[in-house]
Amino acid sequence: MKYIDEFQNPDLAGRLLDEIRATVTRPWALMEVCGGQTHSIIRHGIDQLLPPEIELIHGPGCPVCVTPLEMIDKALEIASRPGVIFCSFGDMLRVPGTGRDLFQVRGQGGDVRVVYSPLDALRIAEQNPDREVVFFGIGFETTAPPNAMTVHQARKRNIRNFSLLVSHVRVPPAIDAIMRSPECRVQGFLAAGHVCSVMGTAEYPELARRHQVPIVVTGFEPLDILEGVRRTVLQLERGEHTVENAYQRAVTAEGNPAAQAMLSDVFEVADRAWRGIGVIPDSGWRLSARYRDHDAEHRFSVEGIDTREPAECRSGEVLQGLLKPNECEAFGTTCTPRSPLGATMVSSEGACAAYYLYRRLDAGTPGQRPPASAPTASGTPSPVTASLEGSPLA
Amino acid sequence: MCLAVPGKVLDVEVRDGTRMATVDFGGVVKEVCLEYLPDLKPGEYAIVHVGFALQKLDEESARRTLELFETLGLLQEEFGDPWEAAEAAGGEWPAQDGVGGEVRQ
Ligand code: SF4
Repeated sequence: MKYIDEFQNPDLAGRLLDEIRATVTRPWALMEVCGGQTHSIIRHGIDQLLPPEIELIHGPGCPVCVTPLEMIDKALEIASRPGVIFCSFGDMLRVPGTGRDLFQVRGQGGDVRVVYSPLDALRIAEQNPDREVVFFGIGFETTAPPNAMTVHQARKRNIRNFSLLVSHVRVPPAIDAIMRSPECRVQGFLAAGHVCSVMGTAEYPELARRHQVPIVVTGFEPLDILEGVRRTVLQLERGEHTVENAYQRAVTAEGNPAAQAMLSDVFEVADRAWRGIGVIPDSGWRLSARYRDHDAEHRFSVEGIDTREPAECRSGEVLQGLLKPNECEAFGTTCTPRSPLGATMVSSEGACAAYYLYRRLDAGTPGQRPPASAPTASGTPSPVTASLEGSPLA
Repeated sequence: MCLAVPGKVLDVEVRDGTRMATVDFGGVVKEVCLEYLPDLKPGEYAIVHVGFALQKLDEESARRTLELFETLGLLQEEFGDPWEAAEAAGGEWPAQDGVGGEVRQ
């Protein structure tokens, strides 16, 4: 009971844990899909509070971590061009491409700007009509609708010097790919709450049926996660596999229809490569033909970039839940946030960063409390590994 | 970046033909686009992601989530100075060497 006194409602947390203990009769492996959930779990020691039969496996839900090296290299190439203003969210600055990152490109004279919203990038384009403004559009179903709206507005307001470098990914095909992997041990999913607040839950029943796996939509707070685990375990013990919504205050079955409509207007579903995992069919979006003018890959020729991925990093396995970060040989030794080998150690939502930040240093020992002034999880760049070939998901 | 943060709508106006709001995230105030939640009114709470309101939320849940995100350092990350953070990264992990030894055992 290491951390339970820190819960917002320790009594309720205790009751949920008692119920989970009373329900479990044998081992179950559950995957939390979202990196925000991973951080909450490790921060609060939820994995250690749960009965030993329940294993939480960390999923690929960190958009920064799964953006492929090739895409980062394209971003770096475009950002280095004269006349370009390259806009990005702050958490991409230190993500390693082949030999450098956006932070270094800026140091070498590139005009790299951090924005809070894609609409800020559009405003920059409006104010700089003689420059090319490119926004790095990464992220899951939560981030894609804002970016879609921004491209839509660029077109509506005839802002022609704005383009989007698109690397958007979708969660359900990733769940499907994880379940198809012959090495997969996942028996239930805690689905990412904020993705579902946009997309609703319509895509999940088919997945739950096809793979005979319970899927419970779950939030980020410790109590949300315990409730998600409780419901998933209850289903598993009863031999059920349905979709449940344990995050009703933020998720409705239909999601946000206006956002979905804009998504299907501006984007079309496409195959996408996931860093460390490989190409997953239909797992992402690209701009639809009507918006091709605003596609940065179309506007700048960025083909034939030499991307190099070193071999030591096992983030591909970490992202698929096949390996815990502290089981990686390099974890905490040659790979730290100060000199990371993989994006999972750099990104604020990365699983390796969570383990490092909250001092889950050894695979065999329980984590310790973070220091009072726990540093935020970000770090210096270095090439990232991950072979697309030979992956069970490739 | 992937996480959406709850905030309270302060006021609403139409700008450049787009419905916008000023939203308070536990002290940090930002411009937010309401095109995906056009019915949102001042005083109401919503989950906001990269400057877009995506789903309504009740006040109690919004407050609790904000507190959690604060604890996790996620608010600082969302609204702090990213250049400073990027610059500082690499220097602020004093445990690295000692930890390295411990982990290898
Ligand atoms: S990021 Fe570092 S710790 Fe994580 S898998 Fe790669 S090398 Fe190992």
